[in-house]
Amino acid sequence: MNLSHVSTDLRPVVEEITRRFQGRLESCVAPRANEVYFHARMDLVAGFCAHLYRKWNARLVTVFADDARAGDEVFHLYYVLALDAAHGFLSLRVPVSPEAPEFPSLANAFAGINWQEREVQDLFGLKLVGHPNPRRCTLHDDWPEVYPLRKDFDLKTVLPPFQGERHKFRKVEGEGVFQVPVGPVHAGIIEPGHFLFSVAGEPVLYLQLRLFYVHKGTEKRFESLPLPHCVRLAESISGDSSFAHATAFCHAVERAAGVQAPARARVLRSVCLELERLYNHIADIGAICTDVAFVTANMHAMRLKERILRVNEHLTGNRLLRGMACLGGVRFDWDASQLKALAELVTELRPEFDSLVAMIDGSSSTLDRLETTGVLKPEVARDLGVVGIAGRASGFDHDLRRDFPHAAYDQVKVKVPVYQVGDVKHRLQVRVDEVRESLSLIDQFAANLPEGPLRAEVGEVPADRVALGCVEGWRGEIFHWIRTAPGNRLARCKVKDPSLQNWPALSEAILGNIIPDFPVVNKSFNLSYSGTDR
Amino acid sequence: MLGILGKSISTGIVTTSYPAAPPDVSSHARGRPEIDWANWKDVRPAAAICPTGAISYQEANGQRLVQLDLARCVFCGLCAEVDKAIRMTNVCECAARRHEALIFIARYCLNDDGTHHRHLDGPTTPGASPLGNSPPAPAASLDSLGRQIEQRADQIFGRSLHIREVDAGSCNGCEVEIVGLNSPVYDVERFGIHFVASPRHADLLLVTGPVTRNMELALKKTYDATPDPRLVVAVGACGCSGGIFGVNYATRGAVDAVIPVDVYIPGCPPTPHALLHGILLAMGRLQRESGH
Repeated sequence: MNLSHVSTDLRPVVEEITRRFQGRLESCVAPRANEVYFHARMDLVAGFCAHLYRKWNARLVTVFADDARAGDEVFHLYYVLALDAAHGFLSLRVPVSPEAPEFPSLANAFAGINWQEREVQDLFGLKLVGHPNPRRCTLHDDWPEVYPLRKDFDLKTVLPPFQGERHKFRKVEGEGVFQVPVGPVHAGIIEPGHFLFSVAGEPVLYLQLRLFYVHKGTEKRFESLPLPHCVRLAESISGDSSFAHATAFCHAVERAAGVQAPARARVLRSVCLELERLYNHIADIGAICTDVAFVTANMHAMRLKERILRVNEHLTGNRLLRGMACLGGVRFDWDASQLKALAELVTELRPEFDSLVAMIDGSSSTLDRLETTGVLKPEVARDLGVVGIAGRASGFDHDLRRDFPHAAYDQVKVKVPVYQVGDVKHRLQVRVDEVRESLSLIDQFAANLPEGPLRAEVGEVPADRVALGCVEGWRGEIFHWIRTAPGNRLARCKVKDPSLQNWPALSEAILGNIIPDFPVVNKSFNLSYSGTDR
Repeated sequence: MLGILGKSISTGIVTTSYPAAPPDVSSHARGRPEIDWANWKDVRPAAAICPTGAISYQEANGQRLVQLDLARCVFCGLCAEVDKAIRMTNVCECAARRHEALIFIARYCLNDDGTHHRHLDGPTTPGASPLGNSPPAPAASLDSLGRQIEQRADQIFGRSLHIREVDAGSCNGCEVEIVGLNSPVYDVERFGIHFVASPRHADLLLVTGPVTRNMELALKKTYDATPDPRLVVAVGACGCSGGIFGVNYATRGAVDAVIPVDVYIPGCPPTPHALLHGILLAMGRLQRESGH
C-alpha cells in the first residue's frame, strides 16, 4: 500500500505493524495523515492491541460497533488506539457476523474499555465472550431485549415504562458492614446516578456505580438528523462542554469532507475552548471549597464564573457558547468592542483568581480536608486509562492540545501540569495551573488573531466516509467518530466523553475514605453523567 | 480570616437588582425570536434550518398554518440568518403558565410557487385571544410582579419557598445555570427561596429534561414525595418540549408527559434571569390556586 501521505511520525509505526502482522491484515487505508485503519479478522484483535500497547505505548481510547449489514453484511467493531508520541490514531476494524454475533473481550488486558465493550453488547446485541463482568451497562437490567443502535431498530420505538430491577448489586458482607444507597435523585443541583456505598464504620470498603439514568438515545438521534443540525445535538451531549463537543463533531465532519476551517475560525474556536475551560475550572474550584465547608471561596468563584459567562454571551450570544460552532468554522465574528471585552476579562481575572487561590492556600482547615483525600494512585490511573484533569493529577502526562494539536493549538506551546500525588488537592492544583495557562493562551490567541473568512464551505459530504474528530475539552479528551450516509446524513456517530473513561476511577479513589468526603472527591473529578450516558 | 473579610468588603455588593430593574443582558445575547408576522413571505427556509422543529407549518385548502413553538426553541438564531422576517431579540423572560401560551400560530394564503402572502390572522396562541408581536410577560410589569410576589410569598410561605431541583435527563446545561441562582450575583435567598436536599422539604420541583425512560419512575416518586401544595416548573427546551431529543426509545420527552407542570421556562439553557422570572411566575400561580 501507499503510505506516502501518512505523517512521518506515524509511518514507522504503520510499517512495523504491516510487517509484524503480514498476511493477517486484509487491508490498510489511510484517509488522513494521522488517521490509519487496518482491516482484519476478529482473531487478530487481542494480539494487535497488545502489541501496539507494548511496543508503541499506544492507548486504547475507544471501542465501538457499527451496523454495516446493509453494505457489508456484517457488523464492524472498531478499536481506536492513540499514539501520543507519533501524534496519530491507528484503528483496527474487524467484522462480526450476524449469524454468530459475539466478540472476545479485551477488558482483562485493558480495564479502561470495560464499560465500552458492555455498551456494544447492550446497544448492538453482540455478545461478549470472556468479559470479567458482562452485565448490562447502558440499558438498565430489566430493559426489554432491544438493540437500539441496530439499523432495523426505529429511534421512535415506544417502550413501556420501565419496571423491575435496574442493577443487581453485589452483596458486601461481614461484621459491622452496611450499605448506603444514594440517588438517583441527589441532594445537590447535580445530575442523576445511583451510588451504593459499602462501609464498615466510616471508611468505604466498596463503591458500586449505577449510571446511565440519563441515556437519551443521543447516538441514534445523530443518525436521524441532517448534518448541520447534528452540531446542535452535539452541543447537548454535555452542557458544560457544549463547545468542546460541538467542535469535536465539526472536526470529524470537516475531516470526512476534506475541509479545514479558516485560520481565523480556528483561533476563535481555541479561544472559546479556553473560555469553557476557564468557567468550568473556576466553578469546580469553588465547588470543591463548598464541599469542605469553605463557602466564602465558592461565592467568589461563582462571581468570577458569572463574569465569564456574561463575556461568553457577549462574544457568542449564549452563555454556554452554544450556537457558535458550525461546520467549517464558527458563526460569529468579534468586533473591536467584543475583543476589548475579552481582553478586559483576562486582565480582570488574573488578580481576582490569584486572590481566590491565595484564600484557599491560606486556609489550613481547607487544605487539611483536601490533602491525602481521594487518592488515585498513578499505577491505578494508568491501568484504567484515566484521562484529563484526573489523569494529569495522577501522573499521566497527556493533553490533546499538545499531542494532537487541533483548532489553533499548533500555534502555541501549551504547558501541561502533571502531578504524581493524585489526591483532591492535586486535582484542584491541575485546575489552578490550567486556569493560569488558559488566561495566557487567550492573550496569545487574541494578540495573533488572523484576518479572513470565518467558515469554509463544507457542502454535502459523500456517503461512507469515516473520520475521527477530537478536542481536549476542559474535562479531558473528547472523541467523535462518524461514518457518513447518503443525503448529507450520518450512518453512525460514536461519542466518547472523558467521563466514560474516568468513572471507574472514582470507585478506586474513594476506597478507605469516609462517606462525608465523598462529595468533595466526586466534585474533584466532576464527571459528566450526560456525557457518559448520552 | 481578616483577609477573607477584607476581600468581601472590597468586593462589595454584586447582586443584580432584577426584577426591580430589567435584566442586564448583552446586546449580542440571543433571546426570544421576533417575527414580522404581517410581512412574512415564506416559512420554509426557517422551518428547514430549525434544528428542533420550533418553526413548522401545515398546508390545507390553499392556506398555510405557520407555527412558532417557543418551548422547542433553542435560541440558536439560525432562522434569523435565512429569513429577514425573523429577528433575534435579547429578551430572556419567556416563561409561561401553559405550553399553549408559548405557541404562536398564524394563517396565510398559499401561493403557487410555495411562498405565502396575505396575512389572514395571527399570531394567536391556541385557545387564547389574539396577541401582539411581543407575547409573554413584558419586562416593565416585572417590577410590580416582583414586589407582589414578595408580598404573597411572605403571606403563604412565611418568606420561604423551598425548591428541589430534579434532573430527569438533561445535558447538565440547565444545571450550570440553576447553580448560578445561588451565586452572589442572583442570590435567590433574597426572595426567601432555598434549594433543599429532599423533595419532602420542597414546595416546588424545578425539573430539567427530557425525561428519560430511566428517570421516569424516579421523577414520579419525587413528585409523590413532595407535599401539597406543590408546584412544578419545567426548565429548558428539553423540559418544556423534549427539545432536540424529542420522544424516542430512551426518552418520554417533555416533563408534562410524566407529571403536571405549572410553569414552563424556555431556553437552551434558560439564563439565571429567565429562571428567576419563571420561578417568580410560579410563586404567583401558587397564590392564585391556593384560593387567596
